[in-house]
Amino acid sequence: MTDTKATSKAVNVTSKASVSVLFAGDSGDGMQLTGTQFANTVAVRGSELNTFPNFPSEIRAPAGTISGVSGFQLQFGSKPVYTPGARFDVMIAMNSAALKANLNDLHRGGIIIASTDGFDEKNLKLAGYPAGVNPLEDGSLSNYLVFPIPVQQLTREALKDSGLTSREIDRCKNMFILGVLYWLYNLPVESTVEMLQAKFSKKPLLAEANVKAVKAGYFFGDETEIFANIGRFDIPPQKQHGVYRRVTGNEAAAIALTAAAEKSGLELFLGSYPITPATEILQNLAKMKKWGVKTFQAEDEIAGICSSIGAAFGGALAATNTSGPGLALKTEALGLAVIMEIPLVVINVQRGGPSTGLPTKPEQSDLFMAMYGRHGEAPLPVIAASSPVDCFYTTYEAARIAVEHMTPVICLTDGYLALSSEPWEVESPDNLAEIKPRLHAAREPEDPAYLPYKRDDRQVRSWAIPGTKGLEHRIGGLEKQNETGNVSHDPDNHELMTKLRAEKIARIADSIPLQSIDNGPEKGDLLVLGWGSSYGAIKTAVDQAIEKGYSVAHAHLRYLNPFPKNLGEILGNYKQVVIPENNNGQLVHIIRDTFLIEPVGFSKVKGLPFNEMEILAKITDLIKELK
Amino acid sequence: MPESTIPALPVLTAKDFASNQEPKWCPGCGDHAVLQQIKNTLPELGVAPENIVFVSGIGCSSRLPYYMATYGIHGIHGRALPMATGLKTARPDLSVWVATGDGDALSIGGNHFIHTLRRNPDLNVILFNNEIYGLTKGQYSPTSKLGLRTVTSPSGVIDHPFNPASLAIGAGGSFFARAFDRDGKFLRSILLRAAQHKGTSLVEIYQNCPIFNNSAFDAFANPDEKAENTIYLEQGKPLIFGKNKNKGLRLDGFKPEVVDLDKEDVSSDDLWIHNESDINKASILARFADAQPDSELFLPRPIGVLYAEDRVTYEDALTDQISDAQKKGAGTLAELLKGDNSYVIK
Repeated sequence: MTDTKATSKAVNVTSKASVSVLFAGDSGDGMQLTGTQFANTVAVRGSELNTFPNFPSEIRAPAGTISGVSGFQLQFGSKPVYTPGARFDVMIAMNSAALKANLNDLHRGGIIIASTDGFDEKNLKLAGYPAGVNPLEDGSLSNYLVFPIPVQQLTREALKDSGLTSREIDRCKNMFILGVLYWLYNLPVESTVEMLQAKFSKKPLLAEANVKAVKAGYFFGDETEIFANIGRFDIPPQKQHGVYRRVTGNEAAAIALTAAAEKSGLELFLGSYPITPATEILQNLAKMKKWGVKTFQAEDEIAGICSSIGAAFGGALAATNTSGPGLALKTEALGLAVIMEIPLVVINVQRGGPSTGLPTKPEQSDLFMAMYGRHGEAPLPVIAASSPVDCFYTTYEAARIAVEHMTPVICLTDGYLALSSEPWEVESPDNLAEIKPRLHAAREPEDPAYLPYKRDDRQVRSWAIPGTKGLEHRIGGLEKQNETGNVSHDPDNHELMTKLRAEKIARIADSIPLQSIDNGPEKGDLLVLGWGSSYGAIKTAVDQAIEKGYSVAHAHLRYLNPFPKNLGEILGNYKQVVIPENNNGQLVHIIRDTFLIEPVGFSKVKGLPFNEMEILAKITDLIKELK
Repeated sequence: MPESTIPALPVLTAKDFASNQEPKWCPGCGDHAVLQQIKNTLPELGVAPENIVFVSGIGCSSRLPYYMATYGIHGIHGRALPMATGLKTARPDLSVWVATGDGDALSIGGNHFIHTLRRNPDLNVILFNNEIYGLTKGQYSPTSKLGLRTVTSPSGVIDHPFNPASLAIGAGGSFFARAFDRDGKFLRSILLRAAQHKGTSLVEIYQNCPIFNNSAFDAFANPDEKAENTIYLEQGKPLIFGKNKNKGLRLDGFKPEVVDLDKEDVSSDDLWIHNESDINKASILARFADAQPDSELFLPRPIGVLYAEDRVTYEDALTDQISDAQKKGAGTLAELLKGDNSYVIK
């Protein structure tokens, strides 16, 4: 077999800055693996990259139907890409249901590579096309560039001597289509070949067949003239040299908790109950035993957080992770953590609500719950991650605040960040902020009595962990007498303690960075104020708006409670503030309430993240109104 | 202030474990007696006060940690067991005790109760069973007897009560014992056994609430009825009870029956020999609590250790997995950050 690097025919290669690709097929078609392989190949080559998987919430939806469609979207480029792409440029449709489910999001003029065996009579019927209608043949796709490829037939032909069963051969179809894509985008097959050889090291026949299928796909592009009218594309890699890894938000959060434990010298304990889309944090941490991580899969969400409270009392860096319904169940225990004033990290991977809602779809609708979702006066810090990689830094910061300020902290991510991935330049341990636990030293009999609720100048109490001599103390949910921590029902004491707890949280503003402008002028017409996973879409849209000459800036909040001290000043530097949110306008309420300004809300509550086109359209409308 | 800093452990006494807070239970409450026996037991363990933690939920008995000169958490209703599990998992070196009641452990915390028992962390769980909600002033609890009239069951309780022993053994608990608040010396011996058992030791204490459910356990605790209505279990000994020690228990297949040792021709060899490691016998003993003394089906209430099984604890199993993962050395922060799927862009 010839080298896939050599192109036998002279084909026009067009250079592009970025491309968004969707791999879509039936759940059983291996689209997640195919997309992941493509992502690895472009990442290793040095491209900027952002990926997002989209799979059905049912484990096994009926094959061939719309509800069974599984997708993997990615955007890669020469310059930074912050989203998987508002719309895709290329769609791989392994069957007719995949085409039907995703056609609306394909750019006009975009490329469709269709596996024709997925468009037979049976598949068309399952996808809900009327009898006799085949979109590949009826001219309905005339706005797109359609490339029907008989993938099944070609894969069977290529692997006829492989010694595999026809069922096994058909399972290599995804590798054939991957090879076609590698050819089309001028990418090497080597990293996938290596992966296949490693994955099937104990099944050499399968390894060989899959490798053969990738190469057959590549040569198919090379040797047929099916793509003659468009040629090949090249997206030159631009990433600076260095060591990188690709992480999803959930992976990044798990690494961050472990890193925070290592850095602070504490042991990590995670009490958790499986819930979509937060479970991978538990799964990832369960594999971190080499770093001494203790995970506890509890019997329910309440036991998840309560076990962590117990561990925190014992001196562990304690965390719990969940999604909306689970956070609702944890609220009483969160109040306990607030009054006990112990460190605790709560990661809430938000999903569509209320109730079971849209378990596999992202939303930003737990902001109010994070801010206010406890009985009594129970303020706590709330911070939010803005990208998969930022899930590392934000979770790490949550741990720092929790330990150094002796408080539970809610760290908000969402289902989009949780599952999306992007390259991350491997971080050096020295670059991570110090985390200094406020452990109280042992007390000798002649020392003054230990006062569990004595505070420092930041109103933070010390952490006296069992095993430390002379610090024996009893704390819990009943109101505490100031300093001694003894039970107290005194009216003035309760008011004092309420104010002290609030002041402790407010003073965290002294130890967090000032808010910066991510992009655009320091003063101007419009500020797009975002938080959470909308970062990529806002960033891209504001880039484009600035290119158009609009006076638009972007600020993205990590710290939602307390806000950075200069936020009010920043908000005053623009004629108008718009707040895009995947909810019904929660941050708008909080900003209005805090700063007495009237921001414009821009809500999207569809269980889908924002895309840059929507944000740019809103910016354009608002700029026109301001003129 | 607690004199918890006395260095030489053998000189510790019950007083060393008393905090400076005055117990606020009602006069005559059984909790006072249990607290005293816990304080009497702790010096025998040879564990310094700073290495002991009492964890509780909500209810009268859950105030207990405040009265101990150890570390303590007074948590939220029903959640003492997961808090204690998290603490013990993070800190296997500590001696962790849980004070809980029939409402706290078996109603609002029922889920945690069964799951804690099956996991078997090394906790000492004191279940103060007074068959009533005391702190909220007299509503029926999951162990209240059928027909009991309370403020929320003015016509009598119609909820079939839990049998804590059967529930615990059914859930995979590794240790179950029963004792009375009023029998101090015996309670102390049981608390000591519980502390020595490695695993979740559940001690059900029949605890009188003089205000809302007075005399609930008189049939077992009153000197004149006690001998006929209870049977004290001793490992390897035949089950014999009665004022004159003239009644025995025999197993007819799976059916326990009372035999009169004076009338019937039975030797003690024919009687049921107590074996606390036999889960089948323990399961039958546990079911004795289903019938009350006024029932034809009544059998003497077993007191003492019904079941004790030597089984690996949760925290030991986890620690073993971690040691195994660290056989070739613990991971470093740099390794963690680099991961195993990094790549180099040249």
